[in-house]
Amino acid sequence: MSIIVAILSRAGKAILTLLAIAILNFFLLHAAPGDPAVVLAGEAGAADEQMIEQLRERFGLDQPLYVQLGKYVGGIVQLDLGYSFRQGAPVAQLIAERLPATLLLTLTAFFISLILGIALGASASARVGKPSDTVLTTLALLFYATPLYWLALMAVLVFSVWLGWLPGFGYETVGAGYTGFARMLDIGQHLVLPALTLGLFFMAVYMRMTRASMLEVAQLDFVKTAKAKGLSPREIRRRHILRNAILPVVTLAGLQAGQLVGGAVLTETVFAWPGIGRLMFESLAARDYNTILGVFLVSAAMVILFNIATDIVYRIVDPRIGARA
Amino acid sequence: MKNYLKATTFLIAAALAAPLAAQQAGGRLDIVVQPEPPGLVLGLVQNGPTQLVAGDIYESLLRYDTDLKPMPGLAKSWEISDDGLTYTFKLQEGVKWHDGEAFSADDVVFSADVFLRETHARLRASLAHVESITAPDPLTVVFQLKQPFGPFINAFETGTMPIMPKHIYEGTDFANNPANAKPIGTGPFKFDEWVKGSHIHLVKNEDYYVDGLPYLDEVYYRVIPDAAARAVAFETGEVSVLPGGSVENWDIPRLAKMDGVCVTEKGWEFFAPHAWMWLNNREGPTSNQKFRQAVMYAMDREFMKDVVWNGFGKVATGPVSSRTNYYSDDVTMYNHDPEKAKALLAEMGYDGEPVRILPLPYGETWQRWAEAVRQNLSEVGINVEIDSTDVAGWNEKTSQWDYDMAFTYLYQYGDPALGVSRNYTADRIKKGSPWNNVEGYENPELDKKWAAAAVMVTPEERAAAYAEIQKEIVDDVPVAWMQELTFPTIYRCDVKDLVTTGIGVNDGPRNTWIEK
Repeated sequence: MSIIVAILSRAGKAILTLLAIAILNFFLLHAAPGDPAVVLAGEAGAADEQMIEQLRERFGLDQPLYVQLGKYVGGIVQLDLGYSFRQGAPVAQLIAERLPATLLLTLTAFFISLILGIALGASASARVGKPSDTVLTTLALLFYATPLYWLALMAVLVFSVWLGWLPGFGYETVGAGYTGFARMLDIGQHLVLPALTLGLFFMAVYMRMTRASMLEVAQLDFVKTAKAKGLSPREIRRRHILRNAILPVVTLAGLQAGQLVGGAVLTETVFAWPGIGRLMFESLAARDYNTILGVFLVSAAMVILFNIATDIVYRIVDPRIGARA
Repeated sequence: MKNYLKATTFLIAAALAAPLAAQQAGGRLDIVVQPEPPGLVLGLVQNGPTQLVAGDIYESLLRYDTDLKPMPGLAKSWEISDDGLTYTFKLQEGVKWHDGEAFSADDVVFSADVFLRETHARLRASLAHVESITAPDPLTVVFQLKQPFGPFINAFETGTMPIMPKHIYEGTDFANNPANAKPIGTGPFKFDEWVKGSHIHLVKNEDYYVDGLPYLDEVYYRVIPDAAARAVAFETGEVSVLPGGSVENWDIPRLAKMDGVCVTEKGWEFFAPHAWMWLNNREGPTSNQKFRQAVMYAMDREFMKDVVWNGFGKVATGPVSSRTNYYSDDVTMYNHDPEKAKALLAEMGYDGEPVRILPLPYGETWQRWAEAVRQNLSEVGINVEIDSTDVAGWNEKTSQWDYDMAFTYLYQYGDPALGVSRNYTADRIKKGSPWNNVEGYENPELDKKWAAAAVMVTPEERAAAYAEIQKEIVDDVPVAWMQELTFPTIYRCDVKDLVTTGIGVNDGPRNTWIEK
């Protein structure tokens, strides 16, 4: 019961937060120099006043800012994200076209990093001080410290250009006409490099965190009690240490999950992955206001959603949290 | 010697294997397009990527070879009356739109007189010289001019006057017509599919009115946002054509050295991209003619060309590109001469007031170019700050005149009256647009000469008039001319006849074939 009440109250706050975010973003964007009409005309390499005026009128930019804001917010409350005049399509459609590719990439990376990170962290903590622990922690430090785009470029160079094992970019083989299982396999191959690149950083973080946290918990009294009552070391690690040590990892996973929509701009760019991060970046460069606002709003909604989800996971992992709240 | 032998053996072998290099039909071509175009309806959007892709879908009345001589397009023949006032075009027979409807002179009249007049800023300027556009019969179009306008013959290029289907657009809101999602043209390739963020797929127009053309079955335009990834895509054979500007300059020599890779600088003659720095003529040190001349002498533009542009292009001598009609080299040459620059600065009494340089935010090359300029200018004692921003910010700053020196480049479209005078005459000083006289140069006498030269009847008269203008304006240095840019096209050598016209890859696939 308390969970439901908590979720409802969070949902109410979430809607208000989203509205505030939308309005704030609106003003931030309009404060940036340049506007979409000038950019679009600029790309044409020639323009006269008539053209700019026509574009502004078409984009609705000839109206006062408060009218534009009113229209935008009015749209959002009816779940209408508006229209991208630059691309000549509704924003919701543009986002829907790109969302699956991004979610596929970020979710794969998310699970790879979470599962591998926790597993490796746990195993490193069990062998603390031994060579295998040193190797793992060094690797983790390396992945943690290497800039993402460099790692991406090197992965392409090695696995795609030199070895020719994996496709270096794109979502699938263009024009191959695969269907069904063949298509899934094809997409899967294209997914390997970007998902690994994106996942390695967080994997390193989870691993280091799991390891440190487990070592800390292993010193606590209840672990000694567990040892004293004769449980096997394996059992102790899995049921007692890991379960208590995992909360900080869950917190961080919640943060990463919040970035599932907008957090892969670099990876998507380097690997030509047709996702939403690129849509956001390109729209920003073109000052395609409605599209950027739409992507921001969807991202913000994701962050809020995952924050709520994280809270729920907390309660499941550690029932004491719900009791206290 | 060894290489020579190898080459001869290869040639003999090739000659034996294929005695006739006949064009082979079939195959697929993958071309990089960057950035992704905002739309493909050429009558509505005319930016570079749109022209690249839509140049296969839409056509105009004429095409232009690499010397800018007109060739038949949708018009099979044309005639200009002796007084330069009447342009009569005979159209090709049996031309069909991609949806099967017949193409006729009415489409041309509708496009030029109605559609493009409303949507196409650059053509609108040329159409101001036109009295009437009529179709006396379904295969004839007549443009009647108010006064002679020599450059008008250059207005029939695909990106300048794309012919749009009347049966789809007449009486509709052009920009919001639902048909815009599936562009319909008369060109050699038909639109098939656009997967946003990934690729655009065009397929062969089986009903194309030129027998045997096109040879290719399909063309894929691939969207790859990262420059390094585009280079990799070419190396791995994923794409066979990198149109000009697809990769950073320093990658070009490496790619060009690969086996079976060809590079050409041709195919930009019609556009003749010309780069300069606007020098703000209104205020600050740049408002002083001596300072502007000093800037020209201070810069080692040959060095910049060789290092920043890897030797591609040519140092500009003045406002007109050597690839554009009526170019004259009878002008003051600004060679690298720091002493002369220092003397000019001393003469004007330059007090060290800093100037801001605004690079063009189009990638690393432009950033480095600005840094090279800063280096040269500081050598003669000019204080320079680099002021960086993104594309939208650049547009805003230049069109609001908030700069001291700002990099830019513009196309010239084959004629000074189309692509050059717009940057120097006083009637083109208008805030809010970065494609006019942004520097604020005012010279009433030259204004008259520009205006007169545009409407002279014979090419000889025009050549003399433009030579005079170039000689005078180069001494004034309204802007700092930098370089005639070339953007080399890099492609696999088995791709044949890719660049055969003055607009290069834009209408290249029409004649392209792949050697098997």
